Amino acid sequence: MTLAHESPFGIEMVNLLGAFILLVAFAMLASRRTLSLIRLFAFQGFFLSASIFLVAFLSGETNLYYSAFFTLGLKVVLLPWILRDLTRRLGISQDIEALVNVPVTMIIGIGIVVFSFSLASPILEAASTVTRSLIGVGLACVLLSFLVMITRKKAMTQIIGFLAMENGLLFSATNATYGMPMVVELAIALDVLIGAIIFGIFFFQIRETFESLDLKYFEKLKEDEESC
Amino acid sequence: MLILPVLGFPLFSAIILAFTGHRSWASRVNGALSFVTFIASLFLARKVLTGGPILLANETFYVDSFNVFLISLTAFVGFTTALFSGPYMKIEEKKGKVNPKVLRLYHSAYQVFLFTMLLALLSNNLGILWVAIEGATLATVLLVSLYRTRASIEAAWKYFILCGVGISQALFGTILLYFAAEKILGPGGESLLWTHLYQIRFQLEPTVLKIAFVFLLVGYGTKVGLAPLHNWLPDAHAEGPTPISAVLSGLLLNVALYALVRCKVLVDGALHSPLASEMMMGFGLLSIVIAVFSMLRRKDVKRLFAYSSIEHMGIATFAFGLGGALATFAALLHMTVHSLTKSSIFFSVGHATQISGTQQIPEIRGLIARVPRLGWGLLLGSFAILGMPPFGVFASEFIVLSVAMKQSPWTTPILLVSLAVAFGVIFFRVGGMVLGKGEKNTMEHPPALFPIFLHLGLVLLLGLFIPPFLAHWYEQAALLIG
Repeated sequence: MTLAHESPFGIEMVNLLGAFILLVAFAMLASRRTLSLIRLFAFQGFFLSASIFLVAFLSGETNLYYSAFFTLGLKVVLLPWILRDLTRRLGISQDIEALVNVPVTMIIGIGIVVFSFSLASPILEAASTVTRSLIGVGLACVLLSFLVMITRKKAMTQIIGFLAMENGLLFSATNATYGMPMVVELAIALDVLIGAIIFGIFFFQIRETFESLDLKYFEKLKEDEESC
Repeated sequence: MLILPVLGFPLFSAIILAFTGHRSWASRVNGALSFVTFIASLFLARKVLTGGPILLANETFYVDSFNVFLISLTAFVGFTTALFSGPYMKIEEKKGKVNPKVLRLYHSAYQVFLFTMLLALLSNNLGILWVAIEGATLATVLLVSLYRTRASIEAAWKYFILCGVGISQALFGTILLYFAAEKILGPGGESLLWTHLYQIRFQLEPTVLKIAFVFLLVGYGTKVGLAPLHNWLPDAHAEGPTPISAVLSGLLLNVALYALVRCKVLVDGALHSPLASEMMMGFGLLSIVIAVFSMLRRKDVKRLFAYSSIEHMGIATFAFGLGGALATFAALLHMTVHSLTKSSIFFSVGHATQISGTQQIPEIRGLIARVPRLGWGLLLGSFAILGMPPFGVFASEFIVLSVAMKQSPWTTPILLVSLAVAFGVIFFRVGGMVLGKGEKNTMEHPPALFPIFLHLGLVLLLGLFIPPFLAHWYEQAALLIG
């Protein structure tokens, strides 16, 4: 595919931003405080937006500029603001989560990255974008965010993992194909936003009923009903 | 423009019902507007029947023989469930379980849910299809937690997180699909249009499509309720209000399976190998077995039938996996009859739990003695879902079994044992609930019996005779899916 701007330095920069995104995903795995998780999420959004912007510049795809701005608005400004506001109103901004076995989680995370790269290798052979080597990073981000969700027991932190997963997806889409069609990207952003409003409502419902946002109180639905 | 009313009325109703707040007529408006949507869908169906597949609005919407009957079915079950939810919610209101504020959310979100289902079915764009299915989750998640009990909130949270994670995998699959298509069709919106993808399906890069299908299967499979990704389903069905259980089982699972099959058609074209079919057979079979053996220990009646939904979606997935005109025909028929039967069962179960004040099977007794027609409705519905002739489920299961016996004989014993276990479990549990002594009951509000028997009548009809136009659609769709 021909590029609008031939620049090895630009491609290096995109790769660097990809590395940052991956780094942030690892930092999320180890982060104990809710507020620092939100900050990491905003950072990830920023790197993502910068990398989309750079890819847009290199490839000359105008759509990607819009996408970069949307990402900046939604993932760096709006969602972190909503999340911070929620933590404040729910009074959980000082929450510290006891994580079990961070080293083991990290090693699993490294395994996930290796797995993602090996899964992505047949895909990159078929790819024609300059940034194709980053498809593996995108997939790794998706799976690492999934790991964040699994290891957390609090509603808020699970949601941040969920949103970070969407970052990974967007990153993959940008680097594999220079972005999805505009309608689809807009619709996905709308879904994320509605999702954010709904989980906001949810937090209050959970707290009202359980008097805590800790999911360890969620035990009633264990599947071990006695036999009839 | 026949599509506009089909999509417009649910959206319009959602806005009306959200803005007027809860009035005594809200449930009637809900029913009436759903009826209008259903009529609009019939007009659309007639157009397709006479003129063949239609592409509309700059190729944004596509209706062919595969989705046209699902559109009518969705609109129909949406309408009958709205009819059922009127009396059901009146009784809940009298019991003090819901208040006007909650009902306003309920009615509005119900219509949004219908809108997203119909959008998913009508869309030609695989990206929009994904967005619509995710939208359906978002629309129903607050409905599952409608009663605000601990169990219902926990179920809704599980539903939200598991389906959200699952559906993210499907998005990754869709991205890969777009990636493969973009190399042939060039960048832009066209590369996600199913009609365009269908034309180039033989040229798509096989390795990419293989990986894409794994993600799509995991993603949409979570929504279909395929084992081992089914954990959200029994909880969401058991803890939410019963009309929502009915539409989740009857509609949402179908639409997710529809999305999966649409993608499978493309993957089959690219792969020249039965990988996708084999994976669907495997997941289908696993779901049947796990669902059936999970039923054994269930005491909650809605949970029991939720597992039965997993079983039946497993049968349909398995049948799509078997492939060939006959098995696909059976799968489509099975989707139709399961949707009708299961929603009818949930209608009866909903009223039965209201009479008994509990969902625990051992405590529901003597339904036929207490409210005769309701008891009979539940009994007949259970007969239908167990595949007793002459109901429609018998026909579809019989075809699936005979094709399985011919194409992969090793699956037959597994299927037969599972069906037998399901038969035993449901037969005795339901028997215990409907038979026995009981005082004649007067309910707070007359139950909605009409939708129960309307559905059962249709299932009976489909077992005895499939109208030629429907058979034609099934055959056309079976040719397409292969």
